[in-house]
This record gives sequence, C-alpha cells and structure tokens, in this order.
Amino acid sequence: MHRFRFILYRPIQFIPVLFGISVITFVLVRLIPGDPARIILGTRASPTALANIRAQYGLDEPMWVQYLFFLKNLGAGEMGRSTLYKIDVLKLIATRIEPTLALVAAAVILSLLIAVPFAALSARRQGRPTDHVVRIVSTAGIGFPPFWLGVMLIILFSVKLGWLPVSGYGNTLGEKIQHLILPGLTIALSLSAVLTRSLRAGMIAGLKSDVATAARARGMPENIVFWRHVVPNALVPTVNLLAINIGWLIGGTVVVESVFAIPGMGQLLVRGIFTRDYMVVQGVAMTFAVATVLINLLADILTVALDPRVDLS
Amino acid sequence: MSAAAEISGREASRPVLTVKGLTIQVATPEGAKIVVEDLGFTLNHGETLCLAGESGSGKSMTALAIMGLLPKPMARIASGSITLADGTELTGRSERAMRKIRAQRISMIFQEPMSSLNPVMTIGKQLEEVLLEHGMCSRSEAPARALDLLRDVQLTEAEKRLAQYPHELSGGMRQRVMIAIALACNPEILIADEPTTALDVTVQAEVLELIRALQREHGTTVLMITHDMGVVAEMADRVVVMRNGKQEEAAPVRELFAAPKTAYARELLAAVPRIGAAPTRPELERTRHTVDVEDLCVRFPMRGGLLNRVNARLHAVEGVNFRIAPGETLALVGESGCGKSTIGKAMLSLVPYEGSIRIEGQQMAGLSPHALKPIRRNVQMIFQDPGASLDARMTVGKQVAEPLVVHGLASGSELQDRVEWLFRRVGLPADHIDRFPHEFSGGQRQRICIARALALRPKAIVADESVSALDVSVQARVLELLRELQEEEGLAYLFISHDMAVIDQVADRVAVMNLGQIVESGSRDQVLRDPQHAYTRRLLSAVPFPDPTRQRPPVIAREGPVGSPVRPLDDPAPRFPLAEVAPGHWVAGDAA
Repeated sequence: MHRFRFILYRPIQFIPVLFGISVITFVLVRLIPGDPARIILGTRASPTALANIRAQYGLDEPMWVQYLFFLKNLGAGEMGRSTLYKIDVLKLIATRIEPTLALVAAAVILSLLIAVPFAALSARRQGRPTDHVVRIVSTAGIGFPPFWLGVMLIILFSVKLGWLPVSGYGNTLGEKIQHLILPGLTIALSLSAVLTRSLRAGMIAGLKSDVATAARARGMPENIVFWRHVVPNALVPTVNLLAINIGWLIGGTVVVESVFAIPGMGQLLVRGIFTRDYMVVQGVAMTFAVATVLINLLADILTVALDPRVDLS
Repeated sequence: MSAAAEISGREASRPVLTVKGLTIQVATPEGAKIVVEDLGFTLNHGETLCLAGESGSGKSMTALAIMGLLPKPMARIASGSITLADGTELTGRSERAMRKIRAQRISMIFQEPMSSLNPVMTIGKQLEEVLLEHGMCSRSEAPARALDLLRDVQLTEAEKRLAQYPHELSGGMRQRVMIAIALACNPEILIADEPTTALDVTVQAEVLELIRALQREHGTTVLMITHDMGVVAEMADRVVVMRNGKQEEAAPVRELFAAPKTAYARELLAAVPRIGAAPTRPELERTRHTVDVEDLCVRFPMRGGLLNRVNARLHAVEGVNFRIAPGETLALVGESGCGKSTIGKAMLSLVPYEGSIRIEGQQMAGLSPHALKPIRRNVQMIFQDPGASLDARMTVGKQVAEPLVVHGLASGSELQDRVEWLFRRVGLPADHIDRFPHEFSGGQRQRICIARALALRPKAIVADESVSALDVSVQARVLELLRELQEEEGLAYLFISHDMAVIDQVADRVAVMNLGQIVESGSRDQVLRDPQHAYTRRLLSAVPFPDPTRQRPPVIAREGPVGSPVRPLDDPAPRFPLAEVAPGHWVAGDAA
C-alpha cells in the first residue's frame, strides 16, 4: 500500500507548522491588554508582591527569553504552569480534552447522518418540492448562529420535552452520550447545511455523469446506480470540505461548550483568556492547532482510501 | 438458421430492431425542440449499421432513445416505435422492464471510456456487477467469468487487470473493458456511440478490429454512431446519414460512397480529408526562418520518496530541432503523450525548457518575463477547444482586444477599429463583437480564437489540434481560412495534430514524434507517401480509408514494447540520431 506511505513522512512537515503556531500564539496572547500578576493578586496588591509573582512566572523577562523558556519546558514535556489552576497546562489539558474530542466526533457523525440522506433526497428529486425544502432549510442552517441554535434546542428538547439533559457532561458512557446529543446537534446543524449543499451538487453531477449513464445502460437499478456509482464519487470532495471546516468546527466548540457548560477545552480557553492565564491560552491554542493538523492528515488518509486515483506519496 | 444461410455464411436479412417514425423532443428554455424527426431504419441480424452525421444531427439521441436512456425530464420520445425482433416494443416501456432489455438484449458503449467507468471501483468488480445483476452466474463463479470476458476482448495480463482501477489502464484498454462489460450478457445488439473518437488512430484500428472479430464470433448486430466517414467506410454494411434530426440518405455503404444521392451526403463526403488527395503545395523559398528550434528539451521533475525529492524525470521533449520558414506549415504528428503539445507550449514559453527557440531571429530562451513580454507577441497559439479557451463571461470583442491592451498597442477608437477589422478578417460580422461566446457555433468560436491570435500580428502561430473538435464541413472552412491568412501574412504555422488526413492537406513538411523525439521528418510527400521509420508506417497503416472498396490492411504491429518517457535522474534518455535518406528527409536510427 505505497499510496499510504505519506503517513510516515507527513509528521516531518508538522514541525515547521507547529513552530509557527507556537510563535504566533505566544506573541498574540501577550498582546492582550491586562497584567496577569494583577489579576492573580487583585487590584490592591503591593508592588513587591506583584514583582514576586512576575518573577515566579518569568513574566519580567523579555518576550524572546520567555519564549525560549517555553521551548525548553516543552522539551521536558511541560507547557508551563497555569496561573489560575496552579498545575502544568499539559496536565490540565489532559483532563479537559476528552469532552471536546467527543463533541467534535459527535458533531461530525451527526452532520454526516443529516447531510447524506438529505443531500440524496434532494439530488434524486432535483427541482421538485422536496429539493426546494431541503435547499431552503440548509441555507437557513448556514444562517443560524450556534449559540442561538443551542439555546433553542435546550428550550425544546430539555425544558419543554424533558428528553435530554440541559447541560453538563456526566460520568458514565451512557450519560456522556446523552449529554453530547444536543451540543453535537447544535454544531452539526450548521455544518450539515454546508455539507448538504456540496454533496447535493456532487450527487447531481454524478447522476448526470457518463458513469451513471453507462451503469444504467448495463441495466443497473437506479438505487445501485446512485449508491454504488454516484455517492462514493461525491463523497471524496465532501471529506475535503469537512477537513477545511475543521478549524471552524473547533471554534464552534468554544461557544457550544459555554452554552452547554461542558467542561472541555473550549471552556478552559475562555476562562484562560478572562484571567490572562497565558500558559493556558497558549496550550489550548496549540492543542487546537495540532488537532487541526492531525484531522487534516486523517482527511488525507480517508481521501486516499476512498479514491484510488489519489496518490499523495 | 436455414441451410441456405449457413452455406452462404451469412443469414438472409432478418431484422432484429426496427425503428419507425421516431420523433424526439427536447425541452429548452425557448420551448420544445425536435431533435430527431420521423426517423426510421431496420437493423438486420449480424450487420453493422452506421448512423453518420455531424454534431447536432440527433444520432446520439437516437441511440439513447433505443436504450430508454434519454435525459429526463428534458427529452422524451414524442412519437414512433422501436421494436425488437420478437415484437417487444421499447418505447413507453417501464424503467423496470427496460432494465431487463439493457445488457441482456441491447448493450451500449460510449465515447469516453474513462468517464464511463467508475473510477473508485476495480475493473473486476465492475464486470462482476453486471454479471450478477443479470443473473448470468453465481457470486462464486463471477471472478472466473469476469476473467474470461477480459480475455475475450484480448486484454493483456487479464488477471492483473481485474484488481486494477480504470485510471491504471490506457484509453484503448479501458474501451476494451467497456466492450467486455457490454458483451457480458451476450446481447443481440451492441450500440457503439463514437467508440474510438477519443482514442489514438492506432488504438482506434485495434478496437475497431476487435469489434469486428467479436461480431463474427457472437453474431452480434452493431449499431455504430460516428462522425468519422473513415470509420463508416471501414465498419459499415449500411449507412444512415443524418442531419438536423432527419434522415438525409440511407444506403449500403459502397453505394453511398460511390454515388451519394443527396446534396448533403455529397458535401459531407467531399469535405472528408483523404490522404493523398490534397494538391501539391508550391515549393517555398527557404532562405530565412521564422522559427528556429535547436536541441529543445522539456523535462518534468517527478517527486517521490521519503522527502518528496525529485527522483525521476519525465522526458516530454528530448533534443528536438526544427525550423519553419515564413509561409510554411510544419505539422507535428504522433500519438497522445508523444510530446507534440509540449513543444507547442514551449514555443509560447508556457513550460520551462532547455535549448534554443528563436522567433524571427530573437532568442526566447533564458529571458526574464519582463524581457520576454515584448517579443512574446511574435508567436501565438490556437487551442483545440474554442469553448474552453474563450472566457464565457467576457464579450468576444473584449477578448480579441485584450492582447492589444495588454501590450499597449491600441486604445480608444483605434482599438475598436482594429477589433472590427479582425472580426471581418476571420469572416465574422463586425457587429457581433458585443456578444458572448455561447452565442456562437463551434466553428465561429474557433474563428474568434484565430482573430485573437492574429491581434498581435504574430509571425508564427502554433495550432494545437485546432480543428480536431470541429465537424468536417466546418473543419474544411476553418482550414481554408488558416491557409488564406498564411498566404497573406506569410505566417509560419506549427500545426499539431493526430489526424493524418488533415495534416496531408495543410502541411508543407511533417515531423513524426514518438516518446519526445522526432523519429522522421521531411516534406509532406516524403513522410506520408514514402514513410521510412517503422513508427510512421505503423501510424499511417492505422488511418482508416474513407473508401469502402479499399480494404485497409491490418495495423502493423508495434516494434518492441511501449517505451516510457519517465526515467531516473541518472539515466539520460537515449537519443536517436537522424540520418538523411533523401534530400530533406530525415529518419531516426537506433539509439546512439
């Protein structure tokens, strides 16, 4: 399977990407107005106490020295201590990463579960009322902001109907799945709108393609023509679209975790920004960056698996 | 089968398909349009009937109507009947019932074997699919049957092909696979819609030969749809000539070619270029040269390996030399992938190259883009597909004016005058300049592209398959225009084409290319009438004669294996030295 050989050397290409991301997040975080020492100690802290705190966290050094310390710590498997939680950021992230990963996975799965059938319905009934309804709904779906959609879903399914929990994450697997349905759906509804449109266009093109005509000319039933000859070819560009949207998707978790009070990375990031917890913001940003890069790698692997013509090696 | 028929080796004409009064309507934004009108013909057992005609004649629509595959909901059969030998009526049949007819009784192959095969399914799976769908065999027998089918169509290394994907096969191999799929259920009728149009001439000859062989073996009746009168002459027993959806003439092939009864059939046959029919071109004074190419090499790096480094090179063009005098046409000919188009691109500095290209004595090689710009106008290009090389969202007048504006050669009313003059020059009304490309026919669009190429008063023009996409009658008129322009402006043409008959008409000299190198060059008569190199002979042996009374001998077999232009970095391509066998006639020998 030499077409998959790129998996071996792709990580080499990650190094410059990660280096660039670390510099950018490091500088950007320090451009936020506000003094971390003052936020830790409150407004009436004495100048000596402030100086002590700054020295303790290395905040009195020039920015490039701070960056070198950061790199040195990273080499030792540490990301620096959170000023708020008083533990190493990497350990902190380890406790928060699971809900976020689960949320992203739930969002992707739900959005495909919505997009594929709707796109299929729409493409196969192109120009008929079903198609128009799907297109209107998916256009509307792009327009609704996730925080509003989330609140609406909570009101309907949790408050009125009482089917699903309002917020939180739960402890057992069953509880977690229950808690992930609404937030996952919130992201999935926007995401599936984009996917539905792309899939629909690909499927319509596929239904008119020579491949479909040739399959029909062989006496293949329309269902086989569609699901075997049209859909696999339409899925390839959709995987790429999904990968491109992954940054947006991760950004979405920040808002949605706040709305549903899920103790994940997004929530951690928001609190980190409010408390000027440089190390936390930086650590979360870098984790998101690594996740984006890895998910794109996953999308490439999937593309190669779906389309024998693609050779990334 | 009667005893008499067995003795004669051929059955008396027994109709297997009858089309009567077929009328097909297509819904367009301007209202219903009739694309096939009152068409009738009978397909007899074991024969080949050709539906011949130019684009828009309704021949493909007729084929799709027989298959029940007219594009829904735009097209529909308005009236008429299509019946099989046993009386089965195909019009108005349910989709479900048609599925049993397709593949089992009538199969179809298409023009583009690449786009007709599913790119994400293996060849084996696509063959098995049709066998299983029609209950031809059990799931466990399917792989063996699929292999048999591939062997039937003489596909090399059939076992290996089963596990391969369509993109791993050449165009000819893909069309063989399509034929294998089409014949999987032993249908009575095979409809072939331009089955060889997308293939090289040598591959075309092989595929046509295969269709004939399978027809003899299985007694399949063939309905062939083509625009190519050479293919008609080679394949057809009877011909139906179509034009604008109507039958113009129906006749046995020899009768049609010997004495066409209708004016249109006469015109169509007269427009077909024939090798050897073109008049001798006047001898040119070759004292100076507009184009002078020396030791041209174009090599594309191929990346791979752990660090994605360049580890091989594709030698697209390797050590090519040629010169073109003012008013002269040099034709470059060869199979797809031989590097002929790459030479055209190098002439316009559109690909990086090594070697020397001088236009009007000015060296183009090694110049910065800035230094190149003023002399770039000396050479212009006309592409194959005028639909694709014009911007659909820009008026044609603006597109013809654009090069003048870019080079700062004209503005204001002068620009307007110049564009109008160019339009008249290529035979288009000057008041059409504010229209968009879609408002023109294919031939008119190519004229617009010619006007755009002429705008900068170039000294040389690269015409890359410029008439290949046009119908023969239109093709003849565009070639006429190109010739007029050449005579008046003294243009040097590099005419790139795969069509030997067209080359015979236009070329003063011909250079034959294989694997990036010229293997034979000389005057048109030397190369096309007295070919010396085995490759040239093979190419010429594959060209179908537009004359049913002349039996084309089988294609000369390829000498040795197909070479590859991809070589490792440390492995330079062997150069084939040219030797002069007659004045001006050069033929490549063995590798030095």
